[in-house]
Amino acid sequence: MLNEKVVCAGFGGQGVMSMGKLLTYAGMIEDKQVSWLPSYGPEMRGGTANCAVMVSDTLIGSPIIEKDATTVIAMNLPSLIKFEEELVPGGKLFINSSLIERKAQRDDIEVYYVPANEIAVSLGTGKAANMVMLGAYLEVTKTVKSETVIEAFKKVFGPTKAHLVPLNENALLKGAEAVK
Amino acid sequence: MAKVLMKGNEAVGAAAIKAGCKYFFGYPITPQNEVPEYMSKELPKIGGSFVQAESEVAAINMVYGAAGAGVRVMTSSSSPGIALKQEGISYIAGAELPCVIVNMMRGGPGLGSIQSSQSDYFQATRGGGNGDYRTLVYAPANVQELVDYTMKAFDMADYYRNPVLVLGDGMIGQMMEPIEFKETEKMDLPEKDWATTGTKGARKPNIVNSLRLQAPELEALNQKIEAKYMEMEEKEVIYESYKLEDAEIVFVAYGTVSRITKNAIDLLEQEGIKAGLIRPITLWPFPNKAFAEIPATAKALMSVEMSQGGQMIDDVKIANEGRLPIGFYGRSGGMVPAPQAIVEAAKELLGGVK
Amino acid sequence: MAVVFNKTQGLTEKEFHYCPGCTHGIIHRITAEVLEELGVLGDAIGVAPVGCSVLAYDYFNCDMNEAAHGRAPAVATGIKRALPDKVVFTYQGDGDLASIGAAEVVHAAHRGEKITTIFVNNAIYGMTGGQMAPTTLVGQKATTAPYGRDESLCGQPLKVSEMLATINGAAFVERVAVDTPANIRKAKKAIKKAFECQLEGKGYAIVEVLSTCPTNWGMTPVDAISWLQENMMPYYPMGNLRNPWEVE
Repeated sequence: MLNEKVVCAGFGGQGVMSMGKLLTYAGMIEDKQVSWLPSYGPEMRGGTANCAVMVSDTLIGSPIIEKDATTVIAMNLPSLIKFEEELVPGGKLFINSSLIERKAQRDDIEVYYVPANEIAVSLGTGKAANMVMLGAYLEVTKTVKSETVIEAFKKVFGPTKAHLVPLNENALLKGAEAVK
Repeated sequence: MAKVLMKGNEAVGAAAIKAGCKYFFGYPITPQNEVPEYMSKELPKIGGSFVQAESEVAAINMVYGAAGAGVRVMTSSSSPGIALKQEGISYIAGAELPCVIVNMMRGGPGLGSIQSSQSDYFQATRGGGNGDYRTLVYAPANVQELVDYTMKAFDMADYYRNPVLVLGDGMIGQMMEPIEFKETEKMDLPEKDWATTGTKGARKPNIVNSLRLQAPELEALNQKIEAKYMEMEEKEVIYESYKLEDAEIVFVAYGTVSRITKNAIDLLEQEGIKAGLIRPITLWPFPNKAFAEIPATAKALMSVEMSQGGQMIDDVKIANEGRLPIGFYGRSGGMVPAPQAIVEAAKELLGGVK
Repeated sequence: MAVVFNKTQGLTEKEFHYCPGCTHGIIHRITAEVLEELGVLGDAIGVAPVGCSVLAYDYFNCDMNEAAHGRAPAVATGIKRALPDKVVFTYQGDGDLASIGAAEVVHAAHRGEKITTIFVNNAIYGMTGGQMAPTTLVGQKATTAPYGRDESLCGQPLKVSEMLATINGAAFVERVAVDTPANIRKAKKAIKKAFECQLEGKGYAIVEVLSTCPTNWGMTPVDAISWLQENMMPYYPMGNLRNPWEVE
């Protein structure tokens, strides 16, 4: 039974909020129970941002993640340091190895190293690093279909960003390949 | 209608507009800034008006003016800002005007924090302003309820000619959840023939006023207002009871904390302890009658709140009428109770009463 | 028989509660006459303050709102935004407007709200019993300034019209007095312009009316008029400070 509790964390500008929103939106399209909760206020100052995403087959109780994350997607080092300990044993940790040299400290979790920025740059823009990570995450967890994420992308960003759809599709694909 | 994913604060604005609100007066304060931001973007499109007031005090008095002019009007704020609005809320109740006020609570006292809290329960249910007045208080637990009760709040405000409060917190304001705007039945509401819209020389002047210098007149006004509150107590109580059957312990929790408490109930179930929940959706009037549903198996009640020492617990004590021991678990200052911590507190309480 | 005088339709039949010699009655009457003469009585919505004129809602023969102390410009803003075609005015005293309501009046002017304010300045809190106002003159005695206003502790009296005249949204600002028949006529003219300013959508308009309070000043009505002329007028000079029709 699906009960995903995902922390997406990184610098402001790395698209961690959007990554979380797209996952949430895709979950909604697939008729799952979802919630998205951002960090806000002083927590956001100083450049780090994170959001908690729930995608579940059953009704979501608390939208907060506290030591019970099933997945952490860390886009930068401060996020890795802060959130690794939030994972449950057996949880999945996705590390953006383009920007994070450090390895995971725990040995009771599954760790995936994804050079998200390098892959994104090879696709034409480093800005797609978040979608690369999302692609990797979806390949491992199958929380939602990547096509649904693209559908969500179209709904969230509308026709003005339609030209970015192929890039994002590619980013999801390459991210998935990186963890195959 | 299709579901959309919306942040609580924006959903409040969308719900208000859906309910026919075209006027909003507010002032920035975290964590509710998306409400005025949303209204400033949307209201001009529908011929309405948004004013960023010079203060919360001014904002609520603008609400008083617009409500007196007979339109549907809303304001929103967070705890310290709502404290400043108490003057106006008391006047609005005294002048018998309808309006909707949203409080996305943050930690206090004073400037406090900007994180979620439920420490304005007293302010909301006891009235932070002067005089014998009450406000109908809705405490939604998710963004869909936030939408539904914001819309209902406008009807209730018009029906009772009284301010209605929607009490959320930073968490529900900031989080995104799927929502749908359900078509609701139109309520049969009386004409606003009391509104100050200009006499056109066709009627006697209307006066919007809470001043009654003669004691018997003020008492008569208070009696009239009290009658409305008695009607609300009779007709408007809403609550949810969850897994009460055979429960050994019954939690009482509202808003976002009720969601966390449901997680705790599941965890207790895994340990073989039966727990249930009474979730007040109207905080005032408080669902005293829900406590009649508590089964004979119950050994204790526990109020769970984001408050230091508890505020709703006073109402739990009143509703309990001395029958069961009452425990409390709470966090404050923006700290959020964890399900496991609620479980531990419940077990400790049960251990103590066995 | 020819009718030479009729009471204005702008006032109700209710008898004023004001003290003997108080000038609120005159200011009510000329305001009401202006509303009637402009033909806007049926579209007028007034906002009464807290203070001596708290019961103004009983006297003006139009729809009225009673505001909390100082909040009349905010209340009027709410009304005007909801009903932009109506004629909305506030009637406020100096404690109400210049002290507790200073923020509200400044920001209503600042936003250029299309409302009109009649501001009665009698240099004292009347209703509560003669306490010091922001407009009380230096040396003037009040129940909370028993030794006279001490400039070193209480500052100099606030010149509201001059202050508001620095705000671009305040389209019309004029100070008048009601001490003589000639000045009363001038005051009425200014009040009319202040409403015309609103009707033409020019912006916020305020008329400050120098007024007496024989009761709390402890004077006869006649002495109070003289005191106003000798003490208030030099400090609060009369005249127009902003006028939207002026050729620039």
